[in-house]
Amino acid sequence: MPDALNSENDIAKGRVQLVHAEGMHARPAVKLTKLAKRFKAEIAVRVAGADWIDAKSVAKVMAMRAERDSMIEFEANGADAPAAIAALVALVAQDFPDTAG
Amino acid sequence: MSGASGRLAVKGKAASQGFAEGPLVRLERPPPRRRAPGGSAEEERALRTALATAAKHIAALAASVAGDAADILEFQLALLDDDSLVAPVFAAIAAGTSADDAWNAALAEQIADYRAAPREYLQARAADLVDLRDRVLAALSGEAAPLAAIPPGAVIAAADLPPSRFLEIDWSAGGGLALEQGSPTSHVAMLARARGVPMVVQLGALPESASIALLDGERATLELDPSVAEIAAFAARREAHAVESASACGALAAPPAQWRGEAVQLLLNIQGLADLSHPDARYAEGVGLMRTEFLFDDPSGLPGEEAQLQTYEAVLRWAGNRPVTIRTVDAGGDKPIRGFTEEGEANPFLGVRGLRLSLRRPEVFAVQLRALARAAMHGNLKVMFPMVTVPAEFTAARQLFLKALAELRAAGIAAALPELGIMVEVPAAALTIDAFPASFFSIGSNDLTQYVTACDRSNGALDALADPLNPAVLELIRRTAEHGRLHGIGVSLCGDMAGDPRAASALLRSGIRAFSMSAPSLGSVKRAIVALAAEGAHG
Repeated sequence: MPDALNSENDIAKGRVQLVHAEGMHARPAVKLTKLAKRFKAEIAVRVAGADWIDAKSVAKVMAMRAERDSMIEFEANGADAPAAIAALVALVAQDFPDTAG
Repeated sequence: MSGASGRLAVKGKAASQGFAEGPLVRLERPPPRRRAPGGSAEEERALRTALATAAKHIAALAASVAGDAADILEFQLALLDDDSLVAPVFAAIAAGTSADDAWNAALAEQIADYRAAPREYLQARAADLVDLRDRVLAALSGEAAPLAAIPPGAVIAAADLPPSRFLEIDWSAGGGLALEQGSPTSHVAMLARARGVPMVVQLGALPESASIALLDGERATLELDPSVAEIAAFAARREAHAVESASACGALAAPPAQWRGEAVQLLLNIQGLADLSHPDARYAEGVGLMRTEFLFDDPSGLPGEEAQLQTYEAVLRWAGNRPVTIRTVDAGGDKPIRGFTEEGEANPFLGVRGLRLSLRRPEVFAVQLRALARAAMHGNLKVMFPMVTVPAEFTAARQLFLKALAELRAAGIAAALPELGIMVEVPAAALTIDAFPASFFSIGSNDLTQYVTACDRSNGALDALADPLNPAVLELIRRTAEHGRLHGIGVSLCGDMAGDPRAASALLRSGIRAFSMSAPSLGSVKRAIVALAAEGAHG
C-alpha cells in the first residue's frame, strides 16, 4: 500500500537542545526511551549531523554520546507521531523532570 | 596460595572509612556451569526465562536503593527491554547458536564499545554491563538466588565486586569489604561510602577464609588471625575514631565559629572529585582551593576543554550556592607534567612554574580558561592564579581570560568572567600586596614558608627550620590579612597550617578569618577555634 494513500501515516519532526548537565547519561537515556516506547509510531533520534538511531533503544541512545548543549532531532512516523514528537521534545527541553508514572 | 589460615597483615588502598571485625568470608561468583544446550526452541525458551528472572531480581534491587545506584539498575533493566540488543540474540539462537553464546557475544560487543569510549562515565558503564551479562548467564544455568547466607558482620573478601552484588548483601549487621583488586573511585566504592560500609581495595591475594579478620578502613589494612595485642590495638583505634568522629560531627554541625565577634569561615581543599565524598566535606562553607593538577596528570595527555568543564561543573553542583575557588594549573617545581613543564631546570622550585608556565604556554592555558569561563555560568566560581610574583602577571592572565570569554561569546557559547584572585606565596607578592588588583587573596603558606625561610620543603634535614610559625612568615600573613581588612578584600589561608589545630591561635591573631583545609581536618580545627574563642571570653 503506497504511503501517500495511507492517511494514518503521519510524519512529525522536532528539534530541541540537550541542556542536561551531564549530556545523555543513563538516567536521561532511560527516560527518553521509556517515553518513546509509549507511542506506536516508529521514532528516530539523532544528534544533528550524525546518523539516525532508534529512539526506543536505550543502548543506541546512550551510544549517541550526545553532549550537553548538542542539538537533538526527532522524527516520528505513525498514527501518534505528532504526540510522540511533542512529548519527547518537551522531555528534553524540561531537562528530564521526574514525573509520577 | 595456602588454604590454611594464618597470621597475615596486608595493606591496600582505603576506599571507605570505618572498622570491621568478623570472620573472613570469600565471595566468589561460582564458575558458570556449562549448560548442555538444546535445540533452538529450547534455547529460546531458556533465554526468555533467564531475562525475566534477571529483570525481576534487578527490579527488586532497584526498588531498595536511590540516586545513582537506582539509575544504573534502571539502565540495566532498560537494556533487558531493548529490542536492538535482544532481537539479534534471539536471531542467533534461531540460527543455531546456544543461548549462552548468543547472549555472551551480544554483550561482549556492547562491553567493548563502552570500554573504548572517551569518557570515564561511559567506561564505568562497562562494569555494569559485565554485571548484567553475568546475571543473565547465572539465570541461564539455573543458579538460585545469587548469594549464600553470609554471617552478619563478616569481612567479605573478593577479587572485585560488581555494584549490584554489593547491593544484594545485607550490611545492617556490620561487616566490611576487602578487595584484592578494585579502585577507590569505582562505583562500588561510592556505594560503600554512601552506606558507611568500611572498604579497602588493592590488598593483593587473600586466602579463602580466616576466623578473625580486622579491617581498618582508615589505615587501609587487613589483619587475619591477629594476636591478642593486635586485636587490642585495633579496638583502641576503633574507639579513638568513634570518639573523634562523634566529637567532630558535633563541632561541625554546630553554627560557624566566631572569634572576637567575627565569623571564621572553614573551607575545603580538594585535589579531585573523590575528596568531596569524605563524610565531613559537606560541613565546609565552600571550596577554598581546588587544585587542578590532577586533571593534567593523565598519562593520555593534556585534558581537553570538555573534560575540564565537566569536572569543574561537578564541583560547582556539589557546592550549590557555596563559593568554589579553583586554582589554575600549578605545574612545575615538584609537580612535573609531561609535555608541559620545562625540563632540565637546575632549580625547579624557583623555575618556570605555576602562572609563569601558563603564561609561557598560552595555548594550553587558554583551554583551561575557556573551561573555567563556561563553568562560571553554573555556580559561585572564583579563579585564582598560583606563584604570582608581579602585578603584570595577574594583568596578563586577566587579559587572556577576557580573550577566551570574547571568543566563547562570539561562538554563542554561554560564559562569564569569574572573580579573579591570586595565591600569595612568593615573598615579593606578599611584600607588595597593595599593587595587585586582585579580587581576593589566598595565602599559600607551604611555599611561602619555603621561600621565606629558604628551606627546601622536601628536605627532611630542614623540618624544624621550615617552620610556618616563624615570625617572619606570620608577619607576611599578618600584612596580607591587614591589607584585605582595610580594603574589603577577602583573604584566606589554604596551606597545611590551616588544617593544623595547633596553628589556629597564631593565624587568628594574625588576622586570618578564612581557613581552607582537607576534609579530615575540619572537625579538629573548628574545635580548636571554638576552644580559643571560649578561652578569650574568659581571659
